[in-house]
Amino acid sequence: MATRVVEHNYSNIESMTLNMGPQHPSTHGVLRVILELDGETVTKCTPVLGYLHRAKEKHAEFKTYHQFIPYTDRMDYLSPMSNNTAFVMTVEKALEIEVTDRCRYLRTLLCELARMSAHLLAVGTGALELGAMTVFMWGFTQREKIYDIFEFISGARFTVSYMRAGGVAREDYPEWRRRVREFLDGYMNTQEEMEAMLNENEIFLQRMIGIGKITGQDALNFGLTGPSLRGSGIDWDIRRDTPYLAYEEADWEVAYETEGDCYARFLVRMREMRESWRICCQMLDKLEKHSHERMNIDNPKVIFPPKDNVKKSMEDLIHHFLLASEGFKVPSGEVYHSIEAPKGELGFHLIADGGPKAYRLGVRSPSFVNLGALEHMCVGELLADVVAIIASLDPVMGEVDR
Amino acid sequence: MAVDLEKLEQLLTNKLREKFGDAIRDVSEYRGELSVDVDREVVLDVCRMLKDDPDFQFDHLSYVSCADWSAQGKTPRYTVYWDLYSVPRTHRVRVRAAVPEEDPTVSSVTSIWRSANFMEREAFDMFGVIFQGHPDLRRILMPDDWEGHPLRKDFPLGGVKSFYFKRATDPGAGEPPDLIPRIRRQESDI
Repeated sequence: MATRVVEHNYSNIESMTLNMGPQHPSTHGVLRVILELDGETVTKCTPVLGYLHRAKEKHAEFKTYHQFIPYTDRMDYLSPMSNNTAFVMTVEKALEIEVTDRCRYLRTLLCELARMSAHLLAVGTGALELGAMTVFMWGFTQREKIYDIFEFISGARFTVSYMRAGGVAREDYPEWRRRVREFLDGYMNTQEEMEAMLNENEIFLQRMIGIGKITGQDALNFGLTGPSLRGSGIDWDIRRDTPYLAYEEADWEVAYETEGDCYARFLVRMREMRESWRICCQMLDKLEKHSHERMNIDNPKVIFPPKDNVKKSMEDLIHHFLLASEGFKVPSGEVYHSIEAPKGELGFHLIADGGPKAYRLGVRSPSFVNLGALEHMCVGELLADVVAIIASLDPVMGEVDR
Repeated sequence: MAVDLEKLEQLLTNKLREKFGDAIRDVSEYRGELSVDVDREVVLDVCRMLKDDPDFQFDHLSYVSCADWSAQGKTPRYTVYWDLYSVPRTHRVRVRAAVPEEDPTVSSVTSIWRSANFMEREAFDMFGVIFQGHPDLRRILMPDDWEGHPLRKDFPLGGVKSFYFKRATDPGAGEPPDLIPRIRRQESDI
């Protein structure tokens, strides 16, 4: 067999185009980035989205408000509790419903558990991509416990579909609260171990400090929200500045850093987990205190009756049937409600037309907008750092493409 | 940090009316949220003023999207809306502009908030509204060769043709899949 010798002349090659994704393991799903490289330096970076597009906004126009709740689980699939909450709170705002105190405490507790779970994954996979596997495993051990907690209250580990307009699907119970307490008691150990492992790890710092810098003004202009914005020194947290649920009643602080690099965003996430833990402990105490109170609102036109009553009472059977088949009607009007989801500002823009289905439901997903700043952060960095920058923005593709 | 809605409504009405006159159609309040309806010609200037004026300081653009009113038979067909938030003042406002079907164009606000880049691309992709002055107005979620705009009300839920069966040997090629009539029926139920 003849050997073919190919001669390359590298001197006139100015740049190289490199395709990264959509099946690249470090892109957190199906993000595709087209990079132009000069040597190892990125000169252009174009994210290509849409590989997980499932037309949820279109589906929302064909489903009743109750039927759409499971769809929200599958947006940011790492924190379905937050997505559920954001959606039902939008509907509640349009219906002018105030939920009970006990329900507010429970929702806050679950949202914060979801934040801890999402940040544990963000930090764990971020470190994994830079070569540190241990933290990933520790984080997943704790996430497993959080999923058990979700399973014990909602019946599902991952896609919980737990929140309802006007309340929640099932009430909490003493054994569940005991399990949450047990998890919270043991959690701080792991948090401290993770911090000891990463915060001053020389290899980790070398890969994170000064990488993917973005100034506060730029971050705000690019629409970054959540930990990505607070890493750049903008002290804005929806939980504190436009309070919802029971955040006003808890004692906690907004975590922010001023450097604006990958390490700052990582530190914000680490500190937010501590704050979330604090909020969780307080909410659990409040929940214990209010455990004898009513959970769901007293409005049979909106909230499903308890299943036991459906078997005994005619009215409840009728309400159950009507809610399941027809849904409740929302007065026509336009509302926007946003909450601080683990990734940033998660907002729902609902246009109701007086019927049981949304006329138009727009979703402002934080990951989608955050990715808009990717090019700004990547240009001028090395190819290997693109992975660290994507990890520090923490996009979830289910939410980007929806 | 509660926001005084009435005061903000007064401020918005006075300051915007003073500068733009009748181009500001209406300032309204619903469920504790303020909406400003403006003519589409002045959107860019209104947005710039809302960002720069020290009384407003809307430095964060939360969301840009569009609604298609054709299912209700309203004209003009589209409404484009911008949800704004001010980080220092913690207040919100929504700017709305009607966009007719014959000439679905509106100015892009990417020169004010760069976050509008992706969201305007999405609105263009889903509704076909053209944002003039956008640096790179391409489809973002749908494939580049997709025909039609999926969130328009006349676009069926199941799609207009099978996108995945392209070769003649593929099952279902040449004929529309069964899925579509079923979903069309659902659509007419509304």
